[in-house]
Amino acid sequence: MAIQFNQHKFNDNVEENLQNDFMRGAVASAQNHLYTKRLDAVEELGDWEEWRNHAQEIRQHVLENLDYYLHELASNVEKAGGHVHFARDAEDANAYIRKVVRQKNAKKIVKSKSMVTEEISLNEALEAEGCQVLETDLGEYILQLEGDKPSHIVAPSLHKNKDQIKEVFVEKLGYDPQNTSEAGELARYVRGILRDEFLTADLGVTGCNFAVADSGSICLVTNEGNGGLVTTIPKTHIAVMGMERLVPSMEELDVLVSMLTRSAVGQKLSSYVNIVTGPKHRDEVDGPEEFHLVVLDNGRSSILGGDFEEVLQCIRCGACVNTCPVYRHIGGHSYNSIYSGPIGAVLTPLLAGYDDYKELPYASSLCGACTDVCPVKIPLHELLLKHRQVIVEEEGRAPVAEGAMMKLFEFGASRSPLYRLGTKVAATAIRPFAKDDMISKGPGPLKAWTDIRDFPAPKRESLRDWFDKRDKGGKA
Amino acid sequence: MEKTQFLATLASRLQRDVNTTKKPARNWQHRPQEQHYTPMNNAELLVAFKEQCTRIHTDVMETTRENLSEAVAQVVNKYGGPLSVWDDPRFAEYALTPLFTTILPAQNTAVYTWSNQKTREENFAEANAARIGLVFSEYALAESGTVVLYSADGAGKAVGLLPHAFVAIIPQSSLLPRMTQASQAIQQRVDRGELLPHAIDYVSGPSNSADIEMKLVVGVHGPVEATYIVLTDC
Repeated sequence: MAIQFNQHKFNDNVEENLQNDFMRGAVASAQNHLYTKRLDAVEELGDWEEWRNHAQEIRQHVLENLDYYLHELASNVEKAGGHVHFARDAEDANAYIRKVVRQKNAKKIVKSKSMVTEEISLNEALEAEGCQVLETDLGEYILQLEGDKPSHIVAPSLHKNKDQIKEVFVEKLGYDPQNTSEAGELARYVRGILRDEFLTADLGVTGCNFAVADSGSICLVTNEGNGGLVTTIPKTHIAVMGMERLVPSMEELDVLVSMLTRSAVGQKLSSYVNIVTGPKHRDEVDGPEEFHLVVLDNGRSSILGGDFEEVLQCIRCGACVNTCPVYRHIGGHSYNSIYSGPIGAVLTPLLAGYDDYKELPYASSLCGACTDVCPVKIPLHELLLKHRQVIVEEEGRAPVAEGAMMKLFEFGASRSPLYRLGTKVAATAIRPFAKDDMISKGPGPLKAWTDIRDFPAPKRESLRDWFDKRDKGGKA
Repeated sequence: MEKTQFLATLASRLQRDVNTTKKPARNWQHRPQEQHYTPMNNAELLVAFKEQCTRIHTDVMETTRENLSEAVAQVVNKYGGPLSVWDDPRFAEYALTPLFTTILPAQNTAVYTWSNQKTREENFAEANAARIGLVFSEYALAESGTVVLYSADGAGKAVGLLPHAFVAIIPQSSLLPRMTQASQAIQQRVDRGELLPHAIDYVSGPSNSADIEMKLVVGVHGPVEATYIVLTDC
């Protein structure tokens, strides 16, 4: 489906989604649920900051040495009997995969959840080849049944309720309308249908949560067991990875998998962490006879070494999405990208350009909650601000008001006394509109926003004050 | 696209020459993973392991090597047959052969042994028809209630995935604090230049999903139920 969903304007997409009461309720309750689970899992781990520091240093080290580790990975995959293809862009990757599919005469293809294959529109490319392509992740499968789009990078069908899902099953799968819309019953029904598909599939396609350079392995993190089945039953396995998704060895894999499962869904470990190395060994019965790894650039190399490099540290856990107040209200589809939430607002304009996505960096209150929860310490809200700077300075495309605001901000922020005054004034000036620390009737540009939500009021103690106090030995 | 060109693009973005020969030094400033869970002894690890299993919908049985056959028979009572089992020398070593070849068949409970003497399709059909998939765990992880499985000629991955119930035998001495220690053991094999098993699977309980309204559903594509049998004297 590529990165983009539709050609609508950002404001129209937001408007449409704001009308969707179920979606907004579902997103809010999912956020609350995941946020609490994540907090418990983080607390249990002890010194979370140390874990974050380590995860960050691992990711930065890999990016700094990406050429070495990709070379090492490719050599070891080949040593294990696998094939590696380096793809410059979507077209290159799809052409290679189509070639393999033709060679294997594969007709039925099962997939486990993979954002990167969404990014390159692989399903469409394979369907054009005459293949039947089945998403097997429950959420992705539900979306595929009616051509819907993912609204969350971890829980793609978050915006649908069980009654809507039941209706789809009745219509598309012959689900008995007398049956309930209970989640367990719906899931078990799909289990039966997809089990037969798994057993007759010719080829399996997966993403890659992490590749391991010195063993030539790829690691898949799942809960449903579909990742295991996709890499066990079909005779050919093709894994597609974003070029930055690798670690030097098993030791770093441990750290990043631990951070991923805790940050994504608050699990100590997901039900399945599958580490596969090459094709099956000669006398083994199951597992693929042929293994292909596609390493995808698709715009990532132009991020490397630049102002936005830290976004490549991302391990796609969705913690930033689950904490974002903007995502909570506008939902995933408003971002008009397979990558939603704060990470989407940073990454999408980099991969798909400012032409269609210059509004995304403004879909943020810069509250910094995303940065605080990021397990690999990507300064997400700073990167959003950097986007705004680029849009204003270099591209000169922001609306007039936005341009003026940015200039003021730059002027103030670069001169410390003014910045200090500015943040204090903001806290005082906004007070008259605030009640119980929430702003219900915002002035001017805040109005459209506060029509639908309450805006957290700036604390009387500004961040700068708090920081100074902390520096002087106070405990915040 | 050629690898050389791909890597050259990266190096030019990093403003240096391509490096494919000199392994970069990893001077980590932080190593939190080695402190977590490590002060526990083996008995304490078992307590933590069992506690975690209550959270991941997995039953734990404790038995001895001598009584393993009886424990497996109990599991068959619980979930029903047929069984799908690995072709693994440890089953004979732990005296399960009579159960598989005589006792269960006498009760009309079929035991399907994974085998590279049968076709791929036959093996899948048997595992798919089984109620129980019985496997051996290499390591068990206290923190996450995980068993670590290695694929091998007689150890089909499908045995742990296709049957209704997942049953793993765990020698208590193989309990480790967390993924850190299992990763170190695997890394030692890599460092010795060994080719890893095709599949190393960390399995923590039955399959599950929360994709419908964030409600946890236990039993999605893989097993619906799970039991671990811990051998306290092994």
